[in-house]
Amino acid sequence: MIAYVLRRIAQSVLVMLAVALVAFALFRYVGDPVATMMGQEASVADREALRERLGLNDPVVFQFARFVGNAAQGDFGISYRLQQPVMELILSRLPATLELALISGLLAFTVGVGLGVYTALNRRGWLSSVVMTTSLVGVSLPTFLIGVLLIWIFAVELQWLPSFGRGETVDVGSWWRSGLLTESGRASIILPAITLGLYQMTLIMRLVRAEMLEVLRTDYVKFARARGLSNRAVHFGHALKNTMVPVITITGLQLGSIIAFSIITETVFQWPGVGALFINSVQFVDVPVMAAYLMLIALIFVIINLIVDLLYYVVDPRLRVDRANARH
Amino acid sequence: MLSQPFGRHLTKVLSVSALALAMASAGVSAETLRWARVGDALTLDPHSANEGPTSTLLHHIYETLVGRGLDGSLQPRLATEWRIHPDDPTVWVFTLRQGVKFHDGADFTAEDVVASIDRVRAESSDFKGLHTAVASAEAIDDYTVHIKMSGPAPLYVQNLTNFFVMDKGWIEANGAQLPQDFKAGEEKFTVRNTNGTGPYILQSRDPEVRTVLSLNPNHWDAAPQVTEIIYTPIKEAATRVAALLSGEVDFVQDVPVQDIERLSNTAGVTVSTGAENRTIFFAYDMTSDSLKSLPGDNPFKKPEVREALALTLDRDAIKQVVMRGQSVPGALNAPPFVNGWDAALDAYGAPDVDRAKELLTAAGYPNGFTVDLNCPNDRYLNDEAICQAFVGMLGRIGITANLVSQSRTLHFPAIQNLEVDFYLLGWGVPTFDSQYVFDFLVHSQEEGRGGWNGSRYNNAEVDAMIKSLSTETDLDKRNATIAAIWKQLQEDRVFLMVHNQLLAYASKDNLNIAVHPENQPHMADVTFK
Repeated sequence: MIAYVLRRIAQSVLVMLAVALVAFALFRYVGDPVATMMGQEASVADREALRERLGLNDPVVFQFARFVGNAAQGDFGISYRLQQPVMELILSRLPATLELALISGLLAFTVGVGLGVYTALNRRGWLSSVVMTTSLVGVSLPTFLIGVLLIWIFAVELQWLPSFGRGETVDVGSWWRSGLLTESGRASIILPAITLGLYQMTLIMRLVRAEMLEVLRTDYVKFARARGLSNRAVHFGHALKNTMVPVITITGLQLGSIIAFSIITETVFQWPGVGALFINSVQFVDVPVMAAYLMLIALIFVIINLIVDLLYYVVDPRLRVDRANARH
Repeated sequence: MLSQPFGRHLTKVLSVSALALAMASAGVSAETLRWARVGDALTLDPHSANEGPTSTLLHHIYETLVGRGLDGSLQPRLATEWRIHPDDPTVWVFTLRQGVKFHDGADFTAEDVVASIDRVRAESSDFKGLHTAVASAEAIDDYTVHIKMSGPAPLYVQNLTNFFVMDKGWIEANGAQLPQDFKAGEEKFTVRNTNGTGPYILQSRDPEVRTVLSLNPNHWDAAPQVTEIIYTPIKEAATRVAALLSGEVDFVQDVPVQDIERLSNTAGVTVSTGAENRTIFFAYDMTSDSLKSLPGDNPFKKPEVREALALTLDRDAIKQVVMRGQSVPGALNAPPFVNGWDAALDAYGAPDVDRAKELLTAAGYPNGFTVDLNCPNDRYLNDEAICQAFVGMLGRIGITANLVSQSRTLHFPAIQNLEVDFYLLGWGVPTFDSQYVFDFLVHSQEEGRGGWNGSRYNNAEVDAMIKSLSTETDLDKRNATIAAIWKQLQEDRVFLMVHNQLLAYASKDNLNIAVHPENQPHMADVTFK
């Protein structure tokens, strides 16, 4: 087990190096940071001097090697745009993104599983048809539009919820700034969490429904019923449990995407997370922040994949047996 | 040269009496103003980023020697008087305001100005381009500063409207004698900490989330009505407007063009528009023998082709369709409040497609030609849409323009490196004098000049006239030279000017916020109805 984890970590480092290399090769197509760093009065010579100072004239491989060397020592440099240390900037924004991802992931999972089970058990009910039809909207509307729509209804027309930002925040520990402990913070997270999680919610719901329908047709469910078990025990103890393997995989991977692709939601709601930081950095060609962000996202994906693999062990006993046999 | 800041003082007097009334009726009330705009200040270091939003915020915390009024005139701030030394045309004399204190209690004296001049001229300063003519600065006594120039510089004071003064003792104590240097790899103390003389004191700042400023009770000027400022950047236009409509912010500085009309018709919201200090124009490589996108030929070299382009551009159509009425079309590449602007040269005629076709035929292009048109898509109001409209107009006379639309981070370096043939650019004139346009866009490329001359315009006579502007102290003679240069540029059709941008501010209708030509509204000037 430990050897397996270590091997996976070694592979992860390689993956991250590859991500960094590809990122650096792409940065040159984003544009010239010096164009946005200096005012319009700066002379051609001034710009050239700054480019030289920042090492932007060096070959990509050199820049990459320098980045990896510094990153290995925990130094990601200074943001070209905000003039603050990159690691500090990202760490100060990360809690906002993680809280948003967690809440919207939780929302997507509970509501998705709940509705999935309901629509599978009541296949012909009119409510199921309504849910299935509206879920199509969730999949087909772009996130941006959903966000603007929600803002329009709940912030402008009804004035129930805030239209932007994170509300009041409270410092928990040395660097975690939480919005979940204040009333305005909790009110602020509702709309972005729904916007971000809607797609995943429908995805999980449809997946659970399909899997449930599949499992309910299997022989062991029929046997369970023949044994006279209650509906509740059959549906939740046997059927639902067996649909969970693919659902956990998808949810886990989707959690990665929620964190990585919260960019649009964060922009629409002016949510001060790493996604908004990244998109601003791209527009400014803030290379140090872009590089560190991409590394962070790669790291998150790698970790989530690892956790999902480990969760299989817990959910599916056959994997444990296989692994144990393989060791002999 | 000295201008009386009568208007500002009058408004101040009025606002003070209004405040006194308000206080008398409601007791001392704290008036908070929640201010949203598209982007945040990049840094709080006053010499590290020569960028609009950064300077706008810093004007509340730090102060300059002279300020820019709503009409574009210079106003006394930390300097009460300024003049060229009567015996030496290369020396500027500034008389400083007395009794001014920094936020930490230190006295403001001439030594602080000298230290700030040295700091803003440092290699890592982003403003050093505005101070290249300075040779040295000297404190004559506590309230007199002499700035020695390398030659006569009659307009240097115009470069000082974004020159913020810092406390000498404070920057020395915190190791911040120089602005942020990215190469050094560490953050300067001044990026997050401030100590200015301005009417507001920094309370808290979370970059790109929220910056809170509170009133400086010891400020030298009359107390403003706004006692607290909460500044929140909101990047997305729809969200910004929604935040104003839902009452979560009081003032939105960057109103999207398409929302102006709807917001003006919304109860409780006021929209004010005004001319921005920014022209939008097309330019083309008019001297090379061969274009990048048309090897072996350069139609723009021929005056007939340039005239044909001018006859094709339908400025009014662009104003109506693309800008929804929010622009001021013109033919002269300078905003109207800039010294040297001329109504006659700015007048433009109706488009004439038939005449344009004749001219093209006369120039040897009866079937037109094909060329790339480079355009930014994230910098100016509807920049890409303006280009698309012009591409359509050019099509009518047979010119096929392939639109290359890209981010400013790619577009601007391409212009500066002379990699584009035909492009759209916007230009602001922070000094409010035509020389600024000539220096950067017209003078042939050499050290310190012509950095944005993508037209490759190269006219020795014009270059000589431009150079003479820097040192000519006889203002009438200087203005005559400016007029002569503009006449020559219009004859040669160096620029194909489209329009001046308009600014739109939206606020709750109990606020009076005037549109500032440099888009630097000051909350100390805001009054409540």
